Amino acid sequence: MSSSTLSGESSKKNSTIQSRRSRNNSLTSGHRACQGCGEALGARCAIDAAYHAAAGKITVVNATGCLEVFSCSFPENAWNVPWLHSLFGNAAAVATGVAAALHSQGKEDVRVIAQGGDGATGDIGMGCLSGMFDRNDDVLYICYDNQAYMNTGVQRSGTTPPLARTATTVPHKNYAGSDPQTGKNVAQIAMAHEIPYVATASIGNIQDLEKKVSKAINIRGSKYVHVHVPCPLGWGYDTAETIKIARLAIQCGLFPLFEAEYGKLARSTAIEDPISIEDYLKPQKRFAHLFGKNASSESLDILRKIANSNIEKYRLGKTADD
Amino acid sequence: MTKPFATVLEASTSLNNKTGSWRTKRPEYVQSASPCNVVCPAGEDIRLWLALVKAGKFYEAWKIITKDNPFPAAMGRICYHTCEKICNRESFDGAVNISAIERSIGDMAIDQAWGFENVTVNSGKNVLVVGGGPSGLAAAYFLRMLGHDVTVYENHLKAGGMMRYGVPRYRLSRCVLDAEIKRIENIGVKIVCQKKITDINAEIDDFDAIYLAMGAHKASQTGVEIKNKPNIIDAVDLFKKVEDDFTNFLNLGNRVFVYGGGNTAIDAARTALRLGASVKIIYRRTIHQMPAHTAEVNEALAEGIEILCLRTISCIDGSKVFVNKMNYDEEYDILTPSGKTEILHADSVIFAIGQSVDVNVLHGAKNIKISEKGTIEIDKNMTTGIPSVFAGGDVVSEKRTVTNAIGHAKKAAGCIDAYLRNTTPPLDIRSEVTNLKKLNVAYFKKSAKITAPEWQNISFEERNISYSKKELMTEASRCFSCGSCFHCDNCYGYCPDNAITKRANGDLEINYNYCKGCGICATECPCGAIKMVSND
Ligand SMILES: Cc1cc2nc3c(=O)[nH]c(=O)nc-3n(C[C@H](O)[C@H](O)[C@H](O)COP(=O)(O)OP(=O)(O)OC[C@H]3O[C@@H](n4cnc5c(N)ncnc54)[C@H](O)[C@@H]3O)c2cc1C
Ligand SMILES: Cc1ncc(C[n+]2csc(CCOP(=O)(O)OP(=O)(O)O)c2C)c(N)n1
Ligand code: SF4
Ligand SMILES: [Mg+2]
Repeated sequence: MSSSTLSGESSKKNSTIQSRRSRNNSLTSGHRACQGCGEALGARCAIDAAYHAAAGKITVVNATGCLEVFSCSFPENAWNVPWLHSLFGNAAAVATGVAAALHSQGKEDVRVIAQGGDGATGDIGMGCLSGMFDRNDDVLYICYDNQAYMNTGVQRSGTTPPLARTATTVPHKNYAGSDPQTGKNVAQIAMAHEIPYVATASIGNIQDLEKKVSKAINIRGSKYVHVHVPCPLGWGYDTAETIKIARLAIQCGLFPLFEAEYGKLARSTAIEDPISIEDYLKPQKRFAHLFGKNASSESLDILRKIANSNIEKYRLGKTADD
Repeated sequence: MTKPFATVLEASTSLNNKTGSWRTKRPEYVQSASPCNVVCPAGEDIRLWLALVKAGKFYEAWKIITKDNPFPAAMGRICYHTCEKICNRESFDGAVNISAIERSIGDMAIDQAWGFENVTVNSGKNVLVVGGGPSGLAAAYFLRMLGHDVTVYENHLKAGGMMRYGVPRYRLSRCVLDAEIKRIENIGVKIVCQKKITDINAEIDDFDAIYLAMGAHKASQTGVEIKNKPNIIDAVDLFKKVEDDFTNFLNLGNRVFVYGGGNTAIDAARTALRLGASVKIIYRRTIHQMPAHTAEVNEALAEGIEILCLRTISCIDGSKVFVNKMNYDEEYDILTPSGKTEILHADSVIFAIGQSVDVNVLHGAKNIKISEKGTIEIDKNMTTGIPSVFAGGDVVSEKRTVTNAIGHAKKAAGCIDAYLRNTTPPLDIRSEVTNLKKLNVAYFKKSAKITAPEWQNISFEERNISYSKKELMTEASRCFSCGSCFHCDNCYGYCPDNAITKRANGDLEINYNYCKGCGICATECPCGAIKMVSND
């Protein structure tokens, strides 16, 4: 995918917030995320974008997980925004409470964000999240999807791709990796609630990520943004490759970029430079068992089917609007 | 303030946690050479002047070009542009059209009468340049800029060397050439034309240093048997005749054959065509093996010139040309006579077999050695066996191009300057080359390059090519800036640790207090300007 550089240099437009000196650095230096952590970058990009779009008036509620643990080891804290943490599974509910409190104080201009990992969002926090959507609470929920429970040592979550190796889905004789379960498509679950805005985004396309968060933060009611954030430790690739891996996921169709309004697909980003799923999977050790001497083409077909179905369902072919 | 109950620590910031201590590898900003620069015999800083063109700074771009090459308008037209062949963009969506931009900047300079800065230093030294071709003229320019007095002796009616008496005017307008030579004269270089040096020894005492740049003008011998006074002319003589008496068109007759397969053969054929002949080229190997550039071969074909391949001439008897047909074995790359012959009829035959160096002027200069190939031998500082005598261009090299001649001149000028000032000659510094593997092309959008219009008519007029400033800026912006930061801010924006500082002027600096050494900045740098090095 030919994206432009962060300053927009090569296309002379699209300068990102991240390229500007005026960015807020909402998540600042000294945090304890691993080298090359995609989640740390994704969070700074998303929260900076929200900060910018809401003229600095934001409050962030964080679920337990890597992001929370690496950003706040008491008494040190890496957040340059009002930030609070309660539990693993209740970020959506706490954020709802914060929004209600601000509302009752008449502070309608302060925008509320809840954020957490894929486990916090799609698994343990699903009840609270669904409730928040159901009530259409005025909260933007951002999920940083690194496709496993990273903070506790890479256990499978509902968003772990089929066949990926995790600490709890180890390849063995009968199965090449995790049992191909259906998994949870959290963006689709959010869309099923017909909330005003749902989007997927990736650190492989910062322009797009910033645009979506900036838009979402100023919509009243429930919003959901699902951000793809590769994890070098859990996925097993070189720390320098985080952005590249994110970009490849978009290009092969396994991570579709789209927006939905009130439950309906509104826009999607066409894949400019399509690649095969192998190009994306091969550099990651979590898929190593799909290649080499024990490889079976059926396993790859499972993933290829997902990519192809995404391309069709989200209209990622060249004709989609972008 | 008294702390609330059970609170033992003051809230503080993660900035206290210097994560730089985790690092095993460290990113560093580097500037490494671009392939175009490395391959350019004149060593032009193409990347830099393209960046200036992109920013609309045309005069500044011209200043940068002329640091290494005083003939941008001429070179934009006739240089073979190895830079474009090696351009990292070639395999992406086509090389940057460097020649078109160079030509346009050169033309702009002529139109707007841009001149070189006046020479303010004066070394009091006197240098003689023998030969007013590109190498001699460029050396004169570089030496004059360094503060020396320079005199150029040129045998021909006008200066320019093979740029005038080789390259035909339909490829290089003489107004352009004259203007670029005049500009060199304007800084005080004395050019004395129609002055042939016949004995170099006579000049050694009169000058502090001498640069030999006589080129290669002597027609090479062929094994062709000649009988009954056929009309045979050597290509170099043809060009000279056409040039020195341009208004009086030479009559070659109608049926003209050109013998040879190099660029000179193509130029000779196209010149003969323009003099009204119908022209066929005779070449011993296959068309694909012609040393001439494919583009020029195609242009000749398009103009209606026929190329008779796999043929050698054995004898020319009056108007009869006896030709041996050859067989070519592709697998073993062997050329053998087929035994078949043919007889052609010619009004004129032009030999374009090659030229060698006329070393007669060196008579008696015992210390100047001549190589087996007939070129003057020089050491790494461009010096001949006589310490004050230097040489460059076609007289020393088998690689005969104008840029090569200019590159030699630049290097020789540095060495002559060092000799005159008794300092050490400049070193050849070659930094690492930024090849395609070091770039991240995901950040570049495909875009078609600007191309020149087709040739419209067959005349001695140049093709009219002009691009708007906007077109030039767009084309220049296609440059990947291989090996040099162009402030895309990817490193700054992508660092998960916020460990890059951006200064008000856009400069970037790595904050090693926090940099964990993940390497994302280096991977996402589009132009290979960040390198990961070991942390110790
Ligand atoms: C037909 C033709 C087409 C070419 N086309 C191209 C092209 O498109 N691109 C390219 O890059 N290269 C081209 N070349 C090659 C290029 O022209 C030469 O490599 C280049 O000109 C060499 O420069 P030079 O200064 O060393 O020698 P020259 O250009 O040969 O100049 C030497 C000068 O010295 C003078 N001289 C010689 N002996 C004496 C003496 N005893 N006293 C005083 N003066 C003397 C000569 O008159 C001449 O003016 C072409 C060559 C030919 C023949
Ligand atoms: C109720 C509860 N169960 C388990 C945990 C342990 N725990 C902390 S973080 C975490 C995994 C977080 O995974 P995810 O939400 O995907 O975030 P990540 O660390 O991957 O960014 C778990 C299981 C907990 N803190 N609370
Ligand atoms: S385990 Fe993965 S998500 Fe967690 S800090 Fe490390 S890189 Fe980031
Ligand atoms: Mg996770």
